[in-house]
Amino acid sequence: MSSVVEEGKTYEPGTYPDLPPPPSTVGIVGWVRENLLSSTTNIVITVLTLYFLWVILPPSINWLFLNAVFEGASRDECRAIMREAGASGACWAFIGHRFELFVYGFYPVEERWRVDLSFILMLAAIVPVLWDKTPQRGKMMIGSALAPFVIGWLLIGGFGLETVPTDKFGGFMLTLVIGVTGIVGSLPLGIALALGRQSHLPALRIVCVVFIEFIRGVPLITLLFVASTMLNYFLPPGTTFDLLLRVLIMVTLFAAAYLAEVVRGGLQAIPKGQIEAADAMGLKYWQSMRLIILPQALKISIPGIVNTFIGLYKDTTLVIIIGLFDPLGVGRASLADTKWQGLSTEVYVFVAIFFFVSCIAMSRYSLYLEKKLHTGH
Amino acid sequence: MSTPEAEVSPETSDTSKMQVSDEVVIRIKDMHKWYGAFHVLKNINLEVNRGERIVICGPSGSGKSTMIRCINRLEEHQQGDIIVDDVELTNDLKNIDAIRREVGMVFQHFNLFPHLTVLENCALAPIWVKQQPRAEAEATAMKYLERVKIPEQADKFPGQLSGGQQQRVAIARSLCMNPRIMLFDEPTSALDPEMIKEVLDVMIELAQEGMTMLCVTHEMGFAKTVANRVIFMDGGEIIEQNEPHEFFDNPQHERTQLFLSQILAH
Ligand SMILES: Nc1ncnc2c1ncn2[C@@H]1O[C@H](COP(=O)(O)OP(=O)(O)OP(=O)(O)O)[C@@H](O)[C@H]1O
Ligand SMILES: [Mg+2]
Repeated sequence: MSSVVEEGKTYEPGTYPDLPPPPSTVGIVGWVRENLLSSTTNIVITVLTLYFLWVILPPSINWLFLNAVFEGASRDECRAIMREAGASGACWAFIGHRFELFVYGFYPVEERWRVDLSFILMLAAIVPVLWDKTPQRGKMMIGSALAPFVIGWLLIGGFGLETVPTDKFGGFMLTLVIGVTGIVGSLPLGIALALGRQSHLPALRIVCVVFIEFIRGVPLITLLFVASTMLNYFLPPGTTFDLLLRVLIMVTLFAAAYLAEVVRGGLQAIPKGQIEAADAMGLKYWQSMRLIILPQALKISIPGIVNTFIGLYKDTTLVIIIGLFDPLGVGRASLADTKWQGLSTEVYVFVAIFFFVSCIAMSRYSLYLEKKLHTGH
Repeated sequence: MSTPEAEVSPETSDTSKMQVSDEVVIRIKDMHKWYGAFHVLKNINLEVNRGERIVICGPSGSGKSTMIRCINRLEEHQQGDIIVDDVELTNDLKNIDAIRREVGMVFQHFNLFPHLTVLENCALAPIWVKQQPRAEAEATAMKYLERVKIPEQADKFPGQLSGGQQQRVAIARSLCMNPRIMLFDEPTSALDPEMIKEVLDVMIELAQEGMTMLCVTHEMGFAKTVANRVIFMDGGEIIEQNEPHEFFDNPQHERTQLFLSQILAH
C-alpha cells in the first residue's frame, strides 16, 4: 500500500504493487457520491428528502424543545410564558405534573417503590435472556425464570406485602405488565401451537387449527370485551376473576395465535432432510425439535416474531376501551382537568415517544440477533 | 457418473481385510411397500451378512432409496419383515431406537445441521442419544474428523465448507455413533467430479476396516473395488444380484444389460 507509483512507470509481470483506491471512491466524498448522487433519480430523491427535512425538522424542534414550556402550574401559565416569548410550543409542564400518574397509574404512592423494584428486576432478568455472553448465563437464567413470580408478588402483594388491587394499575406500568406478560407467555404457547398444527395426531392438529383460526378470526377488542363481560356467564355464579388477569390471558392467546402462524412458516422452510438426519441418528422427537428444527425455524421467523410482539405491545392501548388506565387512559383522564384542557397534542406526542422508543428497541435487537445467528448458509 | 476406474487409486484396492462373516445382520423377508396406491417395493428379499459391502444400482425411481430407508425406518413398510441385528422393525419405538443406534446413514444432500459447527454436528447424537459427557463426545468427534481428514475444519459451520468436505463431515457424524451398519444413499451424486474421489476414498477405507455397508451409487469403479455384491433394482423389485465381476461382465437379465450399457456408455 505504501509504495508510490510513478506516472508511466512499467513493472515486470507479477511485481505490480497494491495501489490505494482513487480518492473519489472512499471516505465521505465517496459515500455521498455512491449513495446520494449516483444517478439522476437518486439526485432527485436526495433533493426532495432534504427539502422535506427542511420543512419538517425546524418547526418540530422548535415546538418540542426550543419554544416548549417545562414549568408552570396550568395551561394559562404556559400560554402566558409563550405569549411573552412570542412563540408557540409544547406545554410539557402538563406532562411534568402528571408524570407519576403516567408511570404508576393509581398505584398507592407509598408502595410505588415496589413498581420501581419490579422494573429493575425485569431489566436484570432480561439481560441473560437477550445477551448470550452474560457471565454464568445458566445460573442467571434460573433467576430470569423465577423473576416473573417475584415481580407478580411485588406488584400484587400478599405474603407480608400490602395487597394492591389490580384496578389501581395504570400508565406505562400497566403497558409493561400486559406487554411483557403477553410476550413471555405467547412465545412458548405459539411454538406449541405451531408444532401441534403439524402433528401426526389428528385430534391434536384439529384442536390447534380451530384455536388458531378462531382467535385470529376475531378482533382483539372483541376478545377484550368477552374478557370483561361475557366470561361471567360461563363462570359459576359468585366466582370473581380479576379483570387484568382476563386481559392478560386474552392478549397472550391472541398473540400466540399469530405467532403460531409465523413459526409455522419457519418450520415449513426447514428442509425435510434435517429431520431425517436427526431421526437416522436416533434423536427423539422433542430432541430433534429443540436442538435442530426450532433453532433454525425460529431464526428464520425472527422478523415475523418481533413484528407480532411490536403489534401486541401497541395493542395494549386497546384496554382503554374496557376501562383500564393505560397511558392513553391516563392522558384522557388528565385532559378532563379544567386547568389543563386542550393539551391533547402534548399527551399523544408524549405517549407516542414512549411507544416508539420501546418498539425501536425491539426492532434493533431483532436485527442484531439475525446478524449474530447468521452462519453462512 | 464419471469414468469409474479412474476414481479409485490402485493402492486402495487392497481387499484382504474385508472379511464377510456368516452372521446375518439384516434380513428382509417378503417385504412390500406402497405409497398410497402405488406399489413402490415388491416382494423384497435380502440377507446381508456382517462385513458385506453391497452396492445397489438401478434406474431413477426404481425404489433404491426407499428400500434402504426402510432399513432404518425413515420409511415404513406395510408387509413382510425387516430384522436388523436380531431386532425386528415394528411400530415399537424401542425397537426403532435400538436399530437406529446400530445403523448410520449418509444422504445425497449431506443434511448437516447448518446452525451448528462441524464439531457440534458430530458430537450432538453421542451427547443426546448415548448420554456421553460432552468432552468425551467431542474427543470422539475429533478422532473421526481426523479419519476423514478435516480436523482443521472442526469449528467452521457447514455452510463454509465445500461439498466434498461436507459429505466427509456427514460420514464422520454417522461414525461418531459407532454404528455397525452404514447406509449410503447416493453419497457422491451431488458432488462436483473433483470432490467425488475424496469421499469415495473415505468410504473405501471404511470398507477395508470391515464395516457392513449398503450403498446406493452409480460409481461403478467403487462397486468393482470394494463391493462383494451388486444388486440391480428396477420397478420396485430386485432384478438381479451377483458378485461384481460376474455382474458387470456377465449380466443375466435383459434389463440389467440395458442399464449397464446406458451408464457405461458415458
Ligand atoms: N413420499 C413419496 N410419496 C409418493 N411417492 C414417492 C415418495 N417417495 C418416492 N416416491 C416414488 O417412489 C418411487 C421410488 O422412489 P425412490 O426415491 O426410492 O427411487 P430411487 O431408486 O432412489 O431413484 P433415484 O435414483 O432417482 O434416487 C419413485 O417412483 C418415486 O416417485
Ligand atoms: Mg434415490
